Amino acid sequence: MLLSVAHATKVFDVSQGWLARLLGRRQRVLLHAVEDVSFDIARGETLGLVGESGCGKSTLARLIVGLYPLTSGSITYAGMDVAALAHGGGPRTLRRKLQMIFQDPYASLNPRWRVADIVAEPIRAQRLATGSRAIAARVDALLAQVGLSAADGHKYPHQFSGGQRQRISIARALASEPEFLVCDEPTSALDVSVQAQVLNLMRDLQRQLSLTYLFISHNLAVVHHVADRVGVMYLGRIVELADKATLFSHPRHPYTRMLLDAIPDLSKSGAARVPVAGEVPNPLSPPSGCAFHPRCPFANDRCRREVPALEPTREGGVVACHGVAEGRIDAAARARSVSEEI
Amino acid sequence: MKVAASSPNPNPPPVGESEPSDSEVGEGKGARPLLDVRHLRVEFPTRRGVLTAVDDVSFAIAPGEVLGVVGESGAGKSLTGAAIIGLLEPPGRIAAGEVLLDGARIDTLSPDAMRKVRGRRIGAIFQDPLASLDPLYSIGRQLTETIRTHLPMSESSARERAVALLHEVGIPAAERRIDHFPHQFSGGMRQRVVIALALAANPKLIIADEPTTALDVSIQAQIIALLRGLCRDHGTAVMLITHDMGVIAETADRVAVMYAGRIVEIGPVADVIRAPKHPYTIGLMGSIPSIAGDRDRLVQIDGSMPRLTAIPAGCPFHPRCDRAFDRCLRERPDLLDAGSSRAACWLHVVHPTGRARCC
Amino acid sequence: MANGFTTALRQSWDSDLAYSFRTSPYAIAAAVVFLLCVGSAVFAPWVAPHNPFDLGQLDLSNSLKPPAWLAGGDPAFPLGTDDQGRDILSTILFGARISLAVGICSVLLSMALGVALGLLAGYVGGTIDAFIMRVADVQLSFPAILIALLVDGVARALIPGAHESMAFYVLVLSIGVSGWVQYARTVRGSTLVEKNKEYVQAARLFGIHPLAIMARHVLPNVVGPVLVIATIHIATAIITEATLSFLGVGVPPTQPSLGTLIRIGNDFLFSGEWWVTLFPGIALVIMVLAINLLGDWLRDALNPRLRT
Repeated sequence: MLLSVAHATKVFDVSQGWLARLLGRRQRVLLHAVEDVSFDIARGETLGLVGESGCGKSTLARLIVGLYPLTSGSITYAGMDVAALAHGGGPRTLRRKLQMIFQDPYASLNPRWRVADIVAEPIRAQRLATGSRAIAARVDALLAQVGLSAADGHKYPHQFSGGQRQRISIARALASEPEFLVCDEPTSALDVSVQAQVLNLMRDLQRQLSLTYLFISHNLAVVHHVADRVGVMYLGRIVELADKATLFSHPRHPYTRMLLDAIPDLSKSGAARVPVAGEVPNPLSPPSGCAFHPRCPFANDRCRREVPALEPTREGGVVACHGVAEGRIDAAARARSVSEEI
Repeated sequence: MKVAASSPNPNPPPVGESEPSDSEVGEGKGARPLLDVRHLRVEFPTRRGVLTAVDDVSFAIAPGEVLGVVGESGAGKSLTGAAIIGLLEPPGRIAAGEVLLDGARIDTLSPDAMRKVRGRRIGAIFQDPLASLDPLYSIGRQLTETIRTHLPMSESSARERAVALLHEVGIPAAERRIDHFPHQFSGGMRQRVVIALALAANPKLIIADEPTTALDVSIQAQIIALLRGLCRDHGTAVMLITHDMGVIAETADRVAVMYAGRIVEIGPVADVIRAPKHPYTIGLMGSIPSIAGDRDRLVQIDGSMPRLTAIPAGCPFHPRCDRAFDRCLRERPDLLDAGSSRAACWLHVVHPTGRARCC
Repeated sequence: MANGFTTALRQSWDSDLAYSFRTSPYAIAAAVVFLLCVGSAVFAPWVAPHNPFDLGQLDLSNSLKPPAWLAGGDPAFPLGTDDQGRDILSTILFGARISLAVGICSVLLSMALGVALGLLAGYVGGTIDAFIMRVADVQLSFPAILIALLVDGVARALIPGAHESMAFYVLVLSIGVSGWVQYARTVRGSTLVEKNKEYVQAARLFGIHPLAIMARHVLPNVVGPVLVIATIHIATAIITEATLSFLGVGVPPTQPSLGTLIRIGNDFLFSGEWWVTLFPGIALVIMVLAINLLGDWLRDALNPRLRT
């Protein structure tokens, strides 16, 4: 296993300052962004992570690359502990191998820097090449690899479109010759035809450079296209994890089913989707027991009291649901099976 | 005068009255369209010359119909909506064309007169519910203010109507929550309030600009279902502007695809999605990832939409089109008949022999 | 190489900022006036008809001569003389030198101090942020003049006797220290916004040191509003210096700045020798007005661009 996440938990203290709390007699307010998350990623595979706002997927991404320190649990990459990265230290090789692509193409590039400097920054920081000529040659090669030209290096980010900026971000992420890329909604801010270009590029790069991806998105169709295995998150926990074919044809967890039912089907124009009931609760005051129980048609008393643990399923995935564990929810395929389409 | 061959106009317009010449009247609904946009042109004078953001756009919306306007960023769809409702930000201005609501021109109205049209006859829903609601006033106050601006009602009957509207859009405990402030609602709830605001004065047309883009996937489905249901119940027509084909597929009756400020294809939703005629629409549909089937690569349209300062001559899509030929480089195509829809593509010119030039 | 320079020049000429400048008559007029002030101040030794700081040149018999166009005036002293026999025009030119020097240097000090503290407070946050902001709050509750007087007084006590030669530096220090807060606040606000942007997170991912991130990534993006504040602050600094000199705690009377001149002339206002106070006053107003207009233009011109 290349990446191992074991019981990762991240709690943010979002209380007011101690003086304000003292005077206002308020309690500490804690945000449980990520709660007891465990999974592994094998070398060369793409794990897709799906969830809506507040599910903690972006926080998890930043925990993995070491931008935030863990509250508890551990994350190891190729045997090395990632925790040291969060405090500015850590082995250099670890920092090189774990890189990230961000969601917002407009905020992920420094608007005052030229593109060549942006792409060269990791090369300089990691001292992967020395001398301006060697660095420039490497920058040109990286730009070419993502489909841009060497002349683009002299320009500023605002002279490029959203899709081109994401390519620059990808070039920068590749500059340190990484093995593992965490992609935090890399195409969510892009138009659909530009998204196709970027997704194709990422697939080609994965093959050429033997990369491993953690691909985070709220768009199930995109995740279906890129991922080998898919995990579903809800309010900081993983509720289901399975390989792609199983998850999309035999979803177990009620939330997964609802998410899949909520996807618009282009081939059935005019047919209404089955809307999900309710909304994602406030992460600051999550429901007791299973966080999904207020919206779940199968919730019983146990669901309101006890947090379900991830249990293995027959098809080789895991799911955290009392209803599934107790056999209350049948494992029949959804009404809309794969064979029905096309 | 071009009328779609498959749906002949049962009520030809009386002589002397304005004809819906280049615009398409809704399927079999006859009579006059509710909204008629003719050769609309929106320009931005800049110090580097005049930029044309919307170029010769014509379409019509029948009463009660849902027209989807789909396109990528920079295609000009939001500007078209803003121009219709009179909310173009200067220096942008309508340089040519007409916008008719119920047969009367509204693009030439004074700002005061336009304000009366806005809300009473055309409602608007924008993308960001946080920006559409004033954070300083309760939603009840905003609703009653809108209602009383456009309808002659007392404060108490306006409030009753507001509560009824909130019930309709699915806000639980509406009698209590009517006095809450926007920040006390979640994103999905806020968008429901915005829909209530748009419907408050019972307009005949609603322009919705990316109403679900800022919402979670599961909420999107709820809001779209709500919008569609309400508009059916009230008989309100909708101009639904979005980049999301999925939303169009399940909500719209017809769809117009925009590219570089022009409409490149327009027709019934099922036809445009299943059998697109314009190469751009074909590429667009192919690039959408779907749950059905496993494709190695998505269809990719190389290049990107041209900037306003560099729109190619002839057909604006020709540099990216793999079926372009020399007429495409010289002449800009109008919307030509192509089966049940219309596409602005020279591939659909019907030859004198009566056969299409290319399939 | 020369090609690159001319293209850069042409690009700057063509840029939106330059265009806004070219098309604004106020900005151009203000810039011209400001350049004249700066030029005449810089070249004062060559432009001024006399050297008013040279005590040897002064002749008391020339004192309180009215301007040249009035009865009793002397063309050698176009704007008249003060009570020491100093030519008003020359003293204005030399005095403007001091005023501008003090203004610009103290603003540079304020800027350096304020930007550094603002960056630190915004980026590091926590206790350091709280501490810096509390100090700023305390300082803001005192008028700037009082702060300047305080610093000045402490300096005089610390270095007695050498005050005359150190007066310039003490002045710059006191005005500089009294003005850092607005820079710090503005920069802190912008830093808080930029800190959460993904390009800063990306830089952290590459292992770049926080100080380097602050200086190379955040600073270029927060410095825009600082330039606007600085331009207007120069005017305020000059007036503060004039006030301090007027109060007698600024520059020594043998090297009068515009403020000192106004103070000296004030005593003679009611005995009819109005020119001693009026002309330095007009010079001060013109200089400050030109700088303010430039600052206004800069703020408006940069504003839409600040929406990155």
